[in-house]
Amino acid sequence: MLSFIRKRAVASLISLVGLIVLVFFLSRLTGDPAALFLPVEASAELKQQFRELHGLNDPLMVQFGNYVGDVVTGDFGESLRKARPALDVVLEAFVWTLWLAAITMTLVTAAAILVGSLAAFRAGGFFDRFSSVVSLIGASVPDFWLAIVAIVIFSVNLAWLPTSGTGSIWHWILPISVLFVRPFGIIVQIVRGSMIGALSSAYVKTARAKGVKSGPIIFIHALRNAMLPIITVIGDQAASLLNGAVIVETIFGFPGVGKLMIDSILQRDFNVVLAAILVTALAIFLMNLLIDLAYALLDPRIRH
Amino acid sequence: MADHLLEVRNLSVEFHTAVGVVKAVRDISYHLDRGETLAILGESGSGKSVSSSAIMNLIDMPPGRISGGQILLDGVDLLTMPAQARREVNGRRIAMIFQDPLSHLNPVYTVGWQIREALTAHGTDGAKAQAEALRLMGRVGIPDPERSLDKYPHAFSGGQRQRVMIAMALALRPDLLIADEPTTALDVTVQAEVLALLEELQQETGMAILIITHDLGVVAEVADRVVVMEKGQLVESGTVRDVYRNPQHPYTRKLIAAAPGKGEMHAPLPRVEPVLQVRDARKTYGAFEALKGVSFDLMPGETLAVVGESGSGKSTLARILLRLDEPTSGSALWKGRDLFQMGAAELYKLRRDLQMVFQDPTQSLNPRMTVYQLVSEAWVIHPDILPRAKWRARVAELLVQVGLGPEHMGRYPHQFSGGQRQRIAIARALALEPKLIICDEAVSALDVSVQAQVIALLDNLRKTMGIAFIFIAHDLPVVRDFADHVMVMQNGKVVELGTVREVFDTPREAYTQALLAAGLNPDPDVQAAHRAARLQRA
Repeated sequence: MLSFIRKRAVASLISLVGLIVLVFFLSRLTGDPAALFLPVEASAELKQQFRELHGLNDPLMVQFGNYVGDVVTGDFGESLRKARPALDVVLEAFVWTLWLAAITMTLVTAAAILVGSLAAFRAGGFFDRFSSVVSLIGASVPDFWLAIVAIVIFSVNLAWLPTSGTGSIWHWILPISVLFVRPFGIIVQIVRGSMIGALSSAYVKTARAKGVKSGPIIFIHALRNAMLPIITVIGDQAASLLNGAVIVETIFGFPGVGKLMIDSILQRDFNVVLAAILVTALAIFLMNLLIDLAYALLDPRIRH
Repeated sequence: MADHLLEVRNLSVEFHTAVGVVKAVRDISYHLDRGETLAILGESGSGKSVSSSAIMNLIDMPPGRISGGQILLDGVDLLTMPAQARREVNGRRIAMIFQDPLSHLNPVYTVGWQIREALTAHGTDGAKAQAEALRLMGRVGIPDPERSLDKYPHAFSGGQRQRVMIAMALALRPDLLIADEPTTALDVTVQAEVLALLEELQQETGMAILIITHDLGVVAEVADRVVVMEKGQLVESGTVRDVYRNPQHPYTRKLIAAAPGKGEMHAPLPRVEPVLQVRDARKTYGAFEALKGVSFDLMPGETLAVVGESGSGKSTLARILLRLDEPTSGSALWKGRDLFQMGAAELYKLRRDLQMVFQDPTQSLNPRMTVYQLVSEAWVIHPDILPRAKWRARVAELLVQVGLGPEHMGRYPHQFSGGQRQRIAIARALALEPKLIICDEAVSALDVSVQAQVIALLDNLRKTMGIAFIFIAHDLPVVRDFADHVMVMQNGKVVELGTVREVFDTPREAYTQALLAAGLNPDPDVQAAHRAARLQRA
C-alpha cells in the first residue's frame, strides 16, 4: 500500500515539475512583459527601468533559475497592483474557492450517487426516465445563463437571496446551486451506467441468492464496484471547480481564485497570475493523489 | 398429496425480447426429496438454468415472466409468496452455487465478510457469524482458515473459490442446494475433489442437491435421478442408471452417443520426416517459469494432443510457437528454419503455414465483420494467394468444407450458434492453406454433441489435406478419439509423451494415471466402480 502511494506521488510530482517549467516559458512566449504591463505610451527609459527591476535583462536561463528558486521558496514577488505578496493575495482567494468547490462537490456526489443508483436499479422505469431527462438538461445548460436567470428569479423578482458578494450564508446559496447543476447532470449519467453494469454482475446474483436485501445489494455490493469510473469523473469535475469557476464567480462577485485570475490578467498583474496558476495546479495534483488513494482503498486488486 | 421437499409443477418461463417472446421453459415438472440428488441435464439453450433461476427468484422481470405453474417448497408456492418472506427463503432454505466462482464472489470484499453476510443477512449476530465463518472455511478444506478469512477472492485458486462459495451457501444449513454447473470451470482433479466434498456435506446435513450440468460424467458421479431438457422441454426423466442404459427419447440417445472417449483409438503413424521439431523450449515471466524445457516432434498430418490442467504451460507453448509471445530460449525447427529466431519478414510468410483456432469463437471473431469478410481477410493480408475475383467462390467452398453453406457469407457472427462460430473460425484458419493448425481448447466451450461434430471435421481435414494439428485440451476423453500422440504437461514440464494407446492404455506416470482416474465416465456403473475403488484406497 505504501509503495503504491509513493509511486503515485512520484508520478504526480513529475507532472508538477513539467507544469512549473511550462508556465515559465509560456509567460515569456506571450511577449515582453514590460510592453504588456506598462501603458502603450510608456517611454523606452521607463521600460528599461522596469526590466532592470524585474531582472528581465538577464539571460533566459538565469531568469529561469531565479524563477525556480522563487517558486520553491514560495516567493512569487509582490502583486503589482495590490502592493502585497502575490502568494498571500492568491491564497486568500483560493480559500474561498476551496470552500465553494468542496461544499458543491460534496452535495453533488451524494445526490448524484443516490439518484444514479436508484435509476440503475429500476433501469427503464419511470424514475430512470425522469432522472435521465433532468440530468441531460443539467449537463447541457450553460452556467452563465443559469446564473443570470437565477438572479432574476430569486434576487430580483422574489428578493429572497442577495445578488452577489459574501457575508452571510444566504450569499452561498445561488453560487452553489448554479455550480451544482452541470456536475450533477454529468455524474448521474456516469453513476447510472456504471451501476447498471455492476447490478447485472454475477456477484449481485450471488447476493440475491443469499437473501441479501435490496438496499445492501445496491449500496454495498454494487456501488463499491461501480465507484472507480465514478470517482474519475468526480475528480474531473472537482478540478474544473478548483480552477476557479470563472464565470459563476464573476457573475456573483464571489472573491474566489477564478475571479482573481481574470481580474489579474486584465490588470496585467503577472505575479498574481503565476502564483494562482501554480497554487491551483498544486491543489489539483494533491486531489489526483487522493483519487488514486481512493481507487486503492476501494479495490483490493489495485493495491497488489 | 406427496410431501416432496421441492416440487416444480407445470412451470413455464418466457422472455420478452426485441425479436419476440422466447419460451425458455415450457410446462416442466419435477420433484426432489430430502437427501436426494437430482441432475438436470441439458445443452446450452435447453432452459436448464432458467428453471433453477426461477426457483431462486433470480429471473429479471421484465424481460422475464413466469407464465405459468407452481414451485412448491414443502407444499408452499414460492411464486405467490410475499416479497419479504420470499427473500428469507434464499440462503436459509435454498442456497445456490454457480459455474464461475471468481465472478460470483464480490471482488472488493474479503471472503470472510461475504460468508459472514450470508449469516447476518438472516439475523445472526456479528460475533457468532465470525466464529461460524471460521468453522465453515475449515470444513470445506481451505488451508489456514483464520488468515484466509481476511483475503480477497482473487487470492484463491479456482477450486478454493468454489469451496468458499460452498461454505457461503451452506452457512445456514439449507434444505436444498442448487449447483449450476459447479465444476465446469475446474480442472478434472479439482472437479473430483469438489464433487466429493459436496457429497460428504450432503451426508452430514441431509440436504437435497439439484445439480445442473451438461456433463454425463457428473450425472453418473453424483446424481440419483436425472431429468433431461431440450429446448425448454423436459424430454426424459428417471434414475441415472435407467436413463443411461435404456434412453427413451432420441435426444437422450444422441447425448449419450456423443459423449467422447468411446471410439477406436488411432493406430501409430509411420515415422517420417517431422515438419516441426521443438527442442528445450522455455519461457519465463519474470521469476516465474511457465515452460521448463519442452521438446517434441510433429509429423505432417499428425495430431499431437497437449493435455494438462491450468498452469501446466500448454497455452504458453501455443503462444510461443505462433510467436504471439517471445520464447526465452530453445529452438523450434519448422521446415529446417528455427521459427524462434525468425525476423518480421520471415514470420509474415510463416503465418501462412501456421494458424490458430481459439477457445471462444465469440471473442475471436470480430462481431462487426461478415463471415465473408472474416474468411477473406487473410487474403487481404496475403494478396498473392488468390486473385480477388476468386474470393467469393473460395469462401463458399471453405464454408461448405466446414459444414456451413454459401448462403451464410453475408451474415454476422452473432447470427450463429457456438458450434457454427467455431466452424467459421476453422474456415478462416483454412483460408491460408496452413500446414499446421494449433487449436487451443477449441472445443471446450461447445456442447458435447457439437464437440463431436467439430472434432470429426478437424479429423477429416487432417486426413484429406494432410494438415498437422497441435490440439490443446484439459479434457482427456476428448483427445482420446482422434489424437495420434499425447503429451501430458504439468507445471511447465512434459510428464509423459507417447502414442494415444500408450498414454490411455498403459500410462507410465502417476500424474497421467491420476488425470485419467479423475476423469468422469458417463456410464453410472463404471463410475460407481471407480468410486468404490477410490473409497477403498482412501
